[in-house]
Amino acid sequence: MLMAQSLTCLRGERLLFKNVSFELSAGGLMYVLGENGSGKSSLLRLLCGLLTPDEGFVFWHGQAIKHDAEVYQADLTYIGHLNGLKDDLTALENLKISAHLSGNAVDNNAVLNSLTAIGVARCANMSVGVLSQGQKRRVALARLWLTRSSLWVLDEPFAALDAASVDVLASRISEHMSNGGMTIITTHQDVAINAQSTQTLRLSA
Amino acid sequence: MLKRDLLLAFRRRSDVATTLFFFLIVSSLFPLGIGPEAAVLSSIAPGVLWVAALLAGMISLTRLFAADFADGSLEQMLIAPQPLALLVLAKIFAHWIVCGLPVVLLAPLIGLQYALPNDALLVLVLSLLLGTPALSLIGAIGAALTLGVRGSGLLVALLVLPLYIPVLIFGAGAVAASQHGMSAQAHLSLLAACSLFSLVLAPLATAAALRISVE
Repeated sequence: MLMAQSLTCLRGERLLFKNVSFELSAGGLMYVLGENGSGKSSLLRLLCGLLTPDEGFVFWHGQAIKHDAEVYQADLTYIGHLNGLKDDLTALENLKISAHLSGNAVDNNAVLNSLTAIGVARCANMSVGVLSQGQKRRVALARLWLTRSSLWVLDEPFAALDAASVDVLASRISEHMSNGGMTIITTHQDVAINAQSTQTLRLSA
Repeated sequence: MLKRDLLLAFRRRSDVATTLFFFLIVSSLFPLGIGPEAAVLSSIAPGVLWVAALLAGMISLTRLFAADFADGSLEQMLIAPQPLALLVLAKIFAHWIVCGLPVVLLAPLIGLQYALPNDALLVLVLSLLLGTPALSLIGAIGAALTLGVRGSGLLVALLVLPLYIPVLIFGAGAVAASQHGMSAQAHLSLLAACSLFSLVLAPLATAAALRISVE
């Protein structure tokens, strides 16, 4: 269970949000909505531990995430605005390295399956630098087919995707939810994801 | 992580070559400028070669984390379940293999231009072998602190060069001592101590600096 307690985030002099609290339990999906610049990405980074809240705490299974960062981070998959791919490596190499980094080594077949699932299998042995924005995004999102972590934090995962890929990704997230996973997602698109419980957090600038 | 960085370096061979050619050219300029007098050259050799090695290591420092920062892989490292200091250490080690080790291997060749005797050449290689890891380790702290700052190249130099002074003194001192027929052992031991000390502290300091820079 993920719990946030009266989170406040300042960027420089500007207050992005204050007193943000929520609870997310197994099978729960949370949409974070708000205008551009309302602090959605900052909230997600804060939940991942990349930012330190100016006030408030984040708890994972009752423990502050700073307290036992390695346990929390093993349960966490974060896909941010940046894809986290190296342009000089192939899609296959990138995904193997990132899986290895998250403590979950995978073989070539598993990576190929994940790339097939999101429709970029033919890019497997191309270096990421020559791929289009949409293809890069899909390679980054293929991590969701490889990860075993229970909490997914996704920042605009549907941006730059074509309609077919949006459906594939939505059904993958639904599958994760039905397995008792948790997902926190920011999006501007209306995408149907099935979850046991859905909540919406609206940040106002 | 080590394998990844070495693979990346291999894919971008030109970057590695830049560092090496920088060292080669800077250290070849001095004999050309000063003239072919063996006595003068061999007396300035330790200092000049060490300064050249130091600068060559430094120009590649800004690239240590910048690319990972720009494409988001650094974020992923920060939230990976592995200890960040260990990942950082692997990156630094890769940086040393790519930028430090070639300089060490090339040094005897350059040393010949400076009319260094054989035993001084040997001490030069030894001192660089023991000292350049400290350069990569200390430099990583500077690179992490200046991440995402405009004009970070110059700032790294200002931050890191003063910290390089002890390494420079002991490194050049070792070569000079052996030129004068003394034992270089004291200098080499101190150089090794510098490297071991920074081996313990630098990864932790770099990891902390990275967390601050990414916020």
